[in-house]
Parts: sequence; structure tokens; C-alpha cells
Amino acid sequence: MGDEAKSMRKGMGEALIESGDSVPGLFVVGADTSESLTTGNFGEKFADRFINVGIAEQNMIGVAAGLALYGKTAVCGTYMVFLERAIDQIRNTVCYCNLDVKIIGAHTGISVGPDGGSHQVIEDIAIMRALPNMRVVVPSDFYSSKALTREAISTKGPFFIRLIRSDVPDIHSNQEIKVGKANVLREGNDIAIIACGIMVHEALKAADMLKSDGISAQVIDCHTIKPIDEATIIKAAENTGRIITAEDHNRHGGLGSAVAEVLSTCRPTMMRMIAVNDTFGESGKDTEVMAKYGITAENIFKNAKEMVKS
Amino acid sequence: MNIDFKSRENRPGVDAIKKIAAHIREDIVLELAEAKSGHPGGSLSCTDILACLYFNRMRHDPKNPRWERRDRMLLSKGHAAPALYATLAECGYIPKEELKTLRKINSRLQGHGVPIETPGVEIPGGPEGIGLSEGIGMAFAARHDKNPARIYVVMGDGELDEGECWEAAMAAAKLKLSNLTAIIDKNGLQQEGKTADIMPSDPVPEKFRAFNWNVIEIDGNEIKEIIDALDKAEAHESGPTAIIAHTVKGKGISFMEGKVEYHAKSLSAEIAEQALNEIRNSPDYG
Repeated sequence: MGDEAKSMRKGMGEALIESGDSVPGLFVVGADTSESLTTGNFGEKFADRFINVGIAEQNMIGVAAGLALYGKTAVCGTYMVFLERAIDQIRNTVCYCNLDVKIIGAHTGISVGPDGGSHQVIEDIAIMRALPNMRVVVPSDFYSSKALTREAISTKGPFFIRLIRSDVPDIHSNQEIKVGKANVLREGNDIAIIACGIMVHEALKAADMLKSDGISAQVIDCHTIKPIDEATIIKAAENTGRIITAEDHNRHGGLGSAVAEVLSTCRPTMMRMIAVNDTFGESGKDTEVMAKYGITAENIFKNAKEMVKS
Repeated sequence: MNIDFKSRENRPGVDAIKKIAAHIREDIVLELAEAKSGHPGGSLSCTDILACLYFNRMRHDPKNPRWERRDRMLLSKGHAAPALYATLAECGYIPKEELKTLRKINSRLQGHGVPIETPGVEIPGGPEGIGLSEGIGMAFAARHDKNPARIYVVMGDGELDEGECWEAAMAAAKLKLSNLTAIIDKNGLQQEGKTADIMPSDPVPEKFRAFNWNVIEIDGNEIKEIIDALDKAEAHESGPTAIIAHTVKGKGISFMEGKVEYHAKSLSAEIAEQALNEIRNSPDYG
């Protein structure tokens, strides 16, 4: 655990470089954003396994699919707002054919900040997790970004890796991160906060605030949205009887929905969702936008308190 | 017919391929009549191209469809799946009997092709405009591996409406993929009418030239011209080649030729019988 804020993109990029030697069939495709994503570093080291297709996301996915159909492992990505042009290609090539393609969606959520509402993608988890064969992971720091990317590369089949723009401190450096296994970051009995991405940091802050109010909150980093860790979610519901989910995503179709799917069918539990309330965002600093749209530690704290007191 | 598809020696020539194409056309009609839906026009226009590729040109192995060094044909105009399945059956990838299962429940022969699941199918069919991108990925990987495999992408001219085709056209030229050949089955019709009216794509050859491709224009229903063009494409070593193949939609069945209503049409037993009679009485069939 460190206080120094680090980039999730760099974590992913380091995993690519490290896998480059051990996975000779690893190819990377970029779309004129590779320097920002740090996938360009792979291109510098392994130039013969890197393609920059320019600002052409549909072609990027198609080329990655072609590499995978040939038998390679392809990683490709760009800013999520651009990548959504290629949902057709992601569905009909990557997912329909269960191809070994890993898709990096960078700059997701309203925490993207100054670029404004156009760039603040809040529907990607919903879209990606509705696609058969697709696995969806949402790292919460440099360390988990690196670990999940590494595991995605060594696991056959489609992956969507959702990254944010903001740098955040490490919260995971001593924990094992496995796809499909949520990490319990803090134990608690009164309520469980299940979060992903940047909201894991907010959840930890909320747990501290709740603690000073005498409320014991469990904090779970649910970094894999699909396949979701049903056992950990059900156990949290059994132990606490109250669940709050927190995500930088629309309330429709994201982490909250995924958790509700588990609980409503396996163990109906009182639940609230902290998420973007089905609206587009706007320009501002990441913290300002998050505060205005209610995805903050304070809002988690307020709702948790209401649930425990009721 | 005993052909060593893995070798380029002793492959069928022009006359033999005319006959093979007639038999593929026969199977297309039989498939579509049985399926009661599907796309006859665009299947028949590209039949001669597929027959030349699989029987004269490509090194491939029906007994080992995933042979690494195989040449690959990517059917980007995926609605012509009946032509692909009939060609694969003619090569021996799938039993001819199985063609009757096209578009039916529990069949390997989906309305639009699915790779791996159906032996010999290289890319998924469905939305248009994706095949050339996939061809780039394959051609890039083959070149990286020093694999002599050649990649052929068969596209429709209506398909060129899709912007991704042109994203891919730029990228293939940038990467100088001389092992990649696009064959445009230019039958001049698309679902709702003439390509010239719906979305004029002409001048197609000039467009590909402007995108820095080597361009060859042929009659895409003339076997000799197709084979010659494939020779020229292979000899061109500095970048990708586009073969603009002028074809007739519905080719080989007089009352379907050039008729937009046969783009997607269920063939009644009577129509199918009429079509089969024409094919079986043509001089190429024997």
C-alpha cells in the first residue's frame, strides 16, 4: 500500500511489456492513442508485433480479430468513447467467435473530467457484460491493473479491461488479484460496500467515516464484473444484511445491476446503488464532477448510515 | 476427382473449373430451396471466383482445415454463405448431404458462416465491411511468421458503402501487405437496388489506386481472367492487390441474372426446378 498516486494505464502497459517476452504470440494494435495508453511502449520494444491503425477503431478491432483468428493473442484499445464505435465488431467477431482479443477501454466514467460529457462513458460495463463470452474487469489501482492484464493475456478468450484516467494510490500491493475473485479489503459486520474502479477508493474513505460513527463496514473490491464472484457477494449479504454498491458508471446495467442479479435470485437483501443517475456528465476536475453527480465517499457514507439506522 | 489441394501442381484448369462452378451452382440452388430463405443472387455472382480460388489457386487441406500454412479465403460478403458452403462441400470439408441443413436448427451451417465451428470457414459472416480488417490481421501475422500463406478477401461492391472497408484499405497499403488480395465481386446490385443508385461506389478501381493498391480489373465470371488476375496479384510484391471483378448477380440462371429481387429470396420448389434444369442443361455441366 502506498500513498503515491499512480496510473492504471501504466500498470496495464507494464504487463504488456513483461508478457511480450514470455508470450511470443502477443500482438498489440493501437489507434493513435497508444502513447497515452502506454501500449506504445510495447510497440517500441516489439515493433514487429505492433500496428497503429490510426483513428480507426472499427478497423482496430477487425485487425485484432484477424490476428486472433490466425492464432495470435491480440491486445487493442483506445479511449472508451472512441471504442464504442466498434461495438459491432466486438460483438460479431471477438465475442461471437470467442477470440483471444483483450480490449482496453481507457478513460471511462465521469471521473474523466475536463474532456466533458462526450468523453465520460458510463454505459460500457452494461454493454460489455451483456455480450456472451466477454469477461469484464475493472482494476482499481496500478497493481490490480497490471495483475488483471497479465491474467487476461494468459487466459484464452475475450476480455474487456476498463481503465480510468485519474491516477490513484495503490490499495492492493500485498494481495493476490485473480479474475473472478473479489478482494475483501476490509472486514465489517453492519454493512458491505461493494465497489469497483475509482469507487473502491471512495468506499474505503466511507468505511473510515462510518467507523468513527461506530458502524462497521465491509469493503469489497469487485474488480471482476463478469464472471462475478457470487460466493463473496452472497457471503457479504449473509453477514451484514445490507449492501451498497458503488461505481463510476450509469446505475443501469453496471456493477449494481450485476450484484442485484445475484442477490435477487440467491439471497434477497436490502440494497442501494451509488452510481451515475442515468445522466450525461460535464467538464470539471475529476473530484468536482464526481461530487456534483453524487459518486463520493460522502454519499456512500450517508446512504450506509441511513440503511443501518433504519 | 482426386486433387492434392496442398500442392499447386496438377490443379484443375479453365475447363475443369467451369464444370466445378456449375456443380457448385447446382448445390447453391439445392441448399436455398431446402432452407427456404437466403441469398441466391450474391452467391451465384461470386461462384466462379470461389471455384478458382479453392480449386486452382489456394493451398489448403480439407482433411486438416486448420493447417497453419494454408491460404485463406475470407468471405467478407457473408450473405453469400451458400456459395461458400457449396464450395467447401465440393472440396470435401463437409459432406454434401449436410448442405441440406443450412439455416436449420442444430446445424453447423448457420445462415452466415461461423469460423472453426464450420470446417473451412475463416471469419464470421453477418455485418458487412469487416473482412478486409480481419484479412490485415491475418496477413500481418503470416508475414511476421514467415508463413507463405496468402490471404484472399472476397467482398461485395455494396459492401463498400461501409466506412470500415476504407479504414482497412488505408491500413493494408500502409503495412504493404503484398500477401493480401481483395477481390471485389462487383455485381452492381445491393439489397434495395442498383449500387449506382443506392450509393454510387464508382469509380472503384480509381479509389483503390488512390489508396495505393495494385488494381486489376476483370470479368469476374470468366475463369481464365480470374486465374490470370490471381497470378498477377501474386507477382505484385510491393503491396496489396485489389481485383475488381465485374460480375453478374444471379449468374448462371437466366431469370435471376441482374435481378435485384433475387438478392434475398426464398426459392419455391418450382423456381428451384427451373433453375436446376438450366444449370444441368448448360454446356459447362457434365
